[in-house]
Amino acid sequence: MSARTDTLLWVAQRASAVVLALCVVAHLATIIYAVQGGLTGAEILGRTRGNAAGMAFYTVFVLAVAVHAPIGLRTVLAEWFGWRGRARDFLLIAFAVLLAAMGLQAVRGVFA
Amino acid sequence: MSRALARAHRLSGIALALFLPAHFYVLSRALELDAFLAWTEQPAVKFAEWGLVTLLALHLAGGLRVLALEFLPWRDWAKGLAAAAAAVALAVGLAFALAL
Amino acid sequence: MSAVLKVRVWRGGPEGGAWRAYEVPRRESQTVLDVVTHIQRALDSTLAYRYACRVGMCGSCAMMVNGAPRWTCRTHVDKVARDGKLSVAPLRNLPVIRDLVADMREFFDKWARARGQFEGRRTRADDFEKVAPGSEARRRADAAIECIGCGVCYAACDVVAANPDYLGPAALNRAWTLVNDERDTSNAARLRAVAGDDASLACHTHMSCTERCPKALAPTAGIASLKRAVSRAALAGKL
Repeated sequence: MSARTDTLLWVAQRASAVVLALCVVAHLATIIYAVQGGLTGAEILGRTRGNAAGMAFYTVFVLAVAVHAPIGLRTVLAEWFGWRGRARDFLLIAFAVLLAAMGLQAVRGVFA
Repeated sequence: MSRALARAHRLSGIALALFLPAHFYVLSRALELDAFLAWTEQPAVKFAEWGLVTLLALHLAGGLRVLALEFLPWRDWAKGLAAAAAAVALAVGLAFALAL
Repeated sequence: MSAVLKVRVWRGGPEGGAWRAYEVPRRESQTVLDVVTHIQRALDSTLAYRYACRVGMCGSCAMMVNGAPRWTCRTHVDKVARDGKLSVAPLRNLPVIRDLVADMREFFDKWARARGQFEGRRTRADDFEKVAPGSEARRRADAAIECIGCGVCYAACDVVAANPDYLGPAALNRAWTLVNDERDTSNAARLRAVAGDDASLACHTHMSCTERCPKALAPTAGIASLKRAVSRAALAGKL
């Protein structure tokens, strides 16, 4: 990993963090509001199914997470397990793909 | 204070990264949402939900602190950010606990 | 206030060591350096330790006092001895030569790796290069320039503890002062030296360095600025 790649990963981490900050605040507020008075599957899906704006929002959310989480874990693996190098990075790319795929599947399930 | 918050930031990040695949999986099976929601009524699950929301709030607050330190001009109050972030995260955790 | 201090001192070498207990008579306005000196002169002449100016100017007497890195000549016993007890150990994150003497070589090697040396373009045959003291860049450099290389920040840093290759707060702080020095000609190479996972990007803003620096410097601030400079360079394709 060159210094340039390390730096671009750092930039991606901060950029995705800003996106996530906005998404998380919106998500938390929604959850706290929705959880009051209990909720049923029908209530949730009634609001989300066919909701294009919601779908777009959570798609962006999922993609930002797929960027942010693996880069964060990269540092943890290096500092706590001494793991650096290509094998680590391949594993993290795989994890990113997994998060994106499962996340988009979830978005489809809730919003389509 | 900064070291404690940084430790919490790291642990919450790891926990969230491990939790998210499970979260996505459940949501993708939306047709069975009612059965799943019935399961979530259990107190242990409620506690876990609260834990996750608090971890998320901690990670967000700690992350905003890092962004402030790295991108905003340096000021003396920068030293107080750790305590402020912890306070905000706990407030969110409390709000969620009350809402549950 | 007890009449006697119970002091634990780390004794040993590169292979390892152990705490040894000493009892030191307590005096008014006593500093930790006074305590260590008393032990070596009156109780155990085999104790190895470093000091020079003993008035808070040179940084040679830095050690771990009750687990925190401090200048022992500027640490009053009254401030740190709880229930008349004290512990003194060599600086953390550095190899030990003997007892309280840490090996500072890697500290200064990293200084060099961060390109912490000035490289100018004029020779002694030229006139002085003029730098406006009030310019933004000079004021930024001046805010960080007073570092005397005592190693306290290095000992305090959690990232240094977790990553043996991390350049550390002092080296990066010095690089920052040179990035702001308009006379320096090597800043393109310097930015490359402070980019990457073992340099400025590794700082996690725990701020232990800023908290403990005896000269009240803020390496966290300089490192944050380096992160921005480095990312701008990377995005512009100049890294």
